[in-house]
Parts: sequence; C-alpha cells; structure tokens
Amino acid sequence: MNGTELKPSVAPGVRLGHVSFVWRPWMVCVTLLLAAATFLVFCLSIGVGDFPIGLSRVIATMLGRGEQVDEFVIMDLRMPRALAGLVVGIALGVSGAITQSIARNPLASPDILGITTGASAVAVFGVTVSGGTAAAIVSSVGLSAAALAGGLGTGLLVYFLAWRRGIDGFRLILIGISVSAVMEAITTWLMLTADIRDVARAQAWLIGSLDNRSWNEVWVALWGSLVLLVVVSCVAFQFKPLHFGDEVAAGLGVRYSTVRAVMLLCAVLLAGVAVSAAGPVPFVALVAPQVAMRLVRCPTPPMVASALVGALLLIGSDLLARTALPISLPVGLVTATIGGPFLVYLLVRANLR
Amino acid sequence: MAAQDITEIESGVNDVSRLAARGITVGYGARTVIDDLDVAIPPGVITTIIGPNGCGKSTLLRTLSRLLKPARGTVVLDGEDIARLRTRDVAKKLGLLPQTPVAPEGLTVADLVARGRHPHQSWLRQWSSDDAAVVERALAMTGVADLADRPVDALSGGQRQRVWISMTLAQGTDLLLLDEPTTYLDLAHAIDVLDLVDDLHESGCTVMMVLHDLNLATRYSDNLIVMREGSILAQGHPRDVITAELLREAFGLRAKVIDDPVGDRPLIVPIGRTHVEID
Repeated sequence: MNGTELKPSVAPGVRLGHVSFVWRPWMVCVTLLLAAATFLVFCLSIGVGDFPIGLSRVIATMLGRGEQVDEFVIMDLRMPRALAGLVVGIALGVSGAITQSIARNPLASPDILGITTGASAVAVFGVTVSGGTAAAIVSSVGLSAAALAGGLGTGLLVYFLAWRRGIDGFRLILIGISVSAVMEAITTWLMLTADIRDVARAQAWLIGSLDNRSWNEVWVALWGSLVLLVVVSCVAFQFKPLHFGDEVAAGLGVRYSTVRAVMLLCAVLLAGVAVSAAGPVPFVALVAPQVAMRLVRCPTPPMVASALVGALLLIGSDLLARTALPISLPVGLVTATIGGPFLVYLLVRANLR
Repeated sequence: MAAQDITEIESGVNDVSRLAARGITVGYGARTVIDDLDVAIPPGVITTIIGPNGCGKSTLLRTLSRLLKPARGTVVLDGEDIARLRTRDVAKKLGLLPQTPVAPEGLTVADLVARGRHPHQSWLRQWSSDDAAVVERALAMTGVADLADRPVDALSGGQRQRVWISMTLAQGTDLLLLDEPTTYLDLAHAIDVLDLVDDLHESGCTVMMVLHDLNLATRYSDNLIVMREGSILAQGHPRDVITAELLREAFGLRAKVIDDPVGDRPLIVPIGRTHVEID
C-alpha cells in the first residue's frame, strides 16, 4: 500500500511500570491549570469574609500550621461552606458528564432528567406539609435524605420509562422533561397551598444555597461523593466505548447495559447528594461538561475536567455572590447568570472560527 | 443440496468452521424472525448473506456476533458456545461493524481507530506500544493514514466507512462481521469499500457480511447465503447458487442471469416493466 511512509499521528503512550496511558499534553496541561485555579478559588473563598484572612495564612492553617484565631474561623466557620461548594460542584460536574455521555446529547443533564426536580418536590413537601404519614417519614429521615430519595426515585423512574430494548438518548430526554414537568407542577401546587412562612423556607431551599452548612451535612456529602467517584473512576475505562453507541461497544467486548446502569446510578446518586447538600443549584451539571469539553478540546465530556469546572463554577459563583454584590445572594442565582453566557460565548466563538 | 456439496469440495472448507449457528430461534419480543436455523461460516473466505428486506439477514449476523441472544439453540465460535465465553474474549476473536455507526462530533480518525484496541486494554494498561503499532497498521491497511488527524464527521461517506473498518481491524481479529458496509454509499464508494474487504480477505481474514446489492454480493463473495422469511433457501458459491429460478423464489424478482463480461461470476439483470425488449 502506498502512503505508509507518512507517519500517522497516533497518540503517543506513556509507560510507568505496568501502567500505561495515552499522552495528551494539551488535556493534561488544561486539567492541571483547572485544578490549580480550583484550589486558588477555594482558598480565596475561605479567606474572604467579615474577618479577612490572607491567602498564605489560609494555606498555612489548612496545613495545620496556622494561628489559633485563624484556625477557629477557617476550620469551624468557613471550611464547611467551602468544602460543600467543592463537593457539590464536583458531583454536579461528573453527574452531568455521565448523563450527557449516556444520552449522547448535551441537553441531558440531571436538571432535565428529573433528578433535581424530583428532589425538589420531595424537599418542598417536607418543608410545607406537616401531619400525615408521609410528612412524618420525611421529618424522621431529615430533609436532605428525603430529597436524595426523591431525586433517586425520579431518576430511576425516568430510566425505566425510557428503557425500550436499550436506551435511546432522545427518548430519555423527552421522558425526563415530561416527568420533570409533573414534579415541578407538584412543587408549585405545594407552594400555593402551603403556609406563607413555610413557602419562604421552601423558596430559599429551591434556589440552591451554601449558607449555614454544618460539618455534619458536609461529611455526609463528602463521603457519599467520594465513594461514588471511586466507583465512577473504576468503571470509566469500560464506559469509554459507549460513546460510539451500544452495538459498537458490544462489539468491543463491553457489557454495555451493566456498565451504563452502574454509571447512570452513580450519576443519579451524585446529583442527589449535591441537591441534598445545597439545594437544586441550576445549570452547573449542564454547563460544566460542555465548558470542559471545549477547554480540553475533547469530543466527549471529560470526567476530571468536568468535575473541576463544576467546582470552579460553584465556588467562584459563591465567592462572587458574597463579595461583588451589595447583598449576599444564594449561589444558584449566580451559577445560572455566569454559566449560561459563558457557554453561549464558547458556542459563538466556535461559530466564528 | 448438491450445489453446496460442490462448493465445499471446491473450496476445501469441509471440516472446521470458525463460526456456526446450531438450531437457533431468534426474535424480537413475541415476533420470531428466525426459526430453528443451522448455518456454518467457512474459514478464509468471504460469506455474504442476501435476501429480501425483513428476511432476517441482519438478525442472523447480529445473532452470530452475540448482539442478540437466541431464544433457543447455540452459536459456536471456535468450538465453544459463544454465550458461555466472556464478551471481552469474544471481542479478541471476532470483530463487528454494526450498521451505520456514529462517532462523537469532532473525534479524530486516529482516536476512533485506537478505540478498536479496547478488548486488549485494561484500566491500568490503557495504551501500549503494541497498541500504537497495530493502530498504525490498521490505518495504513485501510488507506486512511493520511486522514489520521481529521475529524471523522468531516469525511465523505466512503472514507468514513473505511475508518470504521479500520477500527474493527485494530481489534486484531481474523474474523470480521460487517452489517451492510455499503449502505448509503454511491456505487464508486461501495466498490472501493468492497475492494478493501477483499484485501482483508486476501490477508487472511474470514469475512461475513450482509449486502443489499445482489451483483456486488455475487462479485465479491465466495460463499452466498440466500435467506427468505427467516430460513436459508440456498448456500454456496455464487456460480452455483445464483439462478433465475432462485431469484424468483427468494425475491419475487424476474431477472436474467448472464455471464459477467468482466469477471468469472454471474451477472444479474433485473427485468422490470419499462424499457425492456424481451418478453
């Protein structure tokens, strides 16, 4: 055959003992930069407040070599909020990357697949309804756990309704939108019929906020997402061929329905953990994987970069909400205001090329 | 069937078949498409399944490639029940190209072909120098090495099909199952892809495919399987199988079978109603 002299640009590999992987310098550099930026914003977010602490003191305190005052302010007061932001951002980013990969459609985010709306409906039910068995159950397990169960239940319902000899992304989205609409209707109905003081509490929950996080809540979210992220990274390698559709994946020896079910369950649980920790923060799960894809120049949502963009977006928005604006706003308002235009900017820039 | 016996003697494929179905019954839900069918794919040749729409061609190919599970019967790959093998081990022996696969937008040719190495990789070993060598060979062999950096979605239909075959080739199997590899291709590109399939066969691959175009199937195959309504009507060398009677029986098609003026295979000339000068 002719043309064999031309060296095809197959990606080079890196080998470290028994471990080998594809070497993509751009992807690695951008991911490292994102990690550095996330760390920086995380520390800034801890330093900013009524009692400002400099960056170097924040880092020293986190390494256990800070002054006692700093330690109290940072570890007891501010760390829970910052960690909650980090965990929620990472969880939403990864969750969105998984659902968008499975549906092979950027629209498929946990917001659209019913996970967020289901969690919201149950949480609002818990806040506004008192009396009756259902309300008793919600109050006994706590609002966060009830929201998690609501998100999980709705997510699984959508999956089973969409299943027809396999999963078709378009069908998944249509059913997700329908079920979400029902859940939103339930939420609205609960709000309209509830006592006015409960409505205010429910409203605050629905916008999504990192205010008043306690260590207890953060620990649950932290360990929950950590376990899920370990599962995701174990299955991620088998997940890669699913980007080409079920049949190609099957031909490559992947048990695609098992792999997909495990990954989707993880995505639903991650979104559920995020929602139960911070409320339904909008837009992060949709926008983070799309932004990550364009920054890393990867044709499919990259997991690590999506997680980092999610965290950056969430912590950054929270920081902005607390500092740049005259009144302290809930983070959910800012993520939507920043995330939307940034995605539009990336799309427009791609069009102009 | 006499024709089949002649073929078996002629091509010496009497004994071992790489892939065979024994008494398989396959369907979708309550609808049975294939009922109690036996077939063996001879090694080292190109086998093509032909038949009218809905006769179960693709269903048979999909069952032989373990995409579909038969309700009854077994598929045997190299002497073992394919359902009992790990799907990953099957992927090291059998390469499959489904009908009209779609790659993510923006994925480069090299990255798509590299994915063919998946069955040979693991979580820790995601890319070795072996992988790189095999992928480079697969790219060169299918004539798409020059396109390695281009996104798959920017290629023409024929080039894209070559790239997908290249991915299947990178799997490193000598048994290839192709489901309608020429769908949506114009005749020139279809010939181009089938010439490539013949190159693979010359290099030692056993190929089984589904084709719609009867003359292309006749030209490029050594073994034809003619199906109708879920069963096999005839099987053997195109010279022995393709007759006007068979075409009438299988497709309800009135046709004349003549000698191919440029080859040693029969040529099918369909007889429609217009512009036909014979009775």
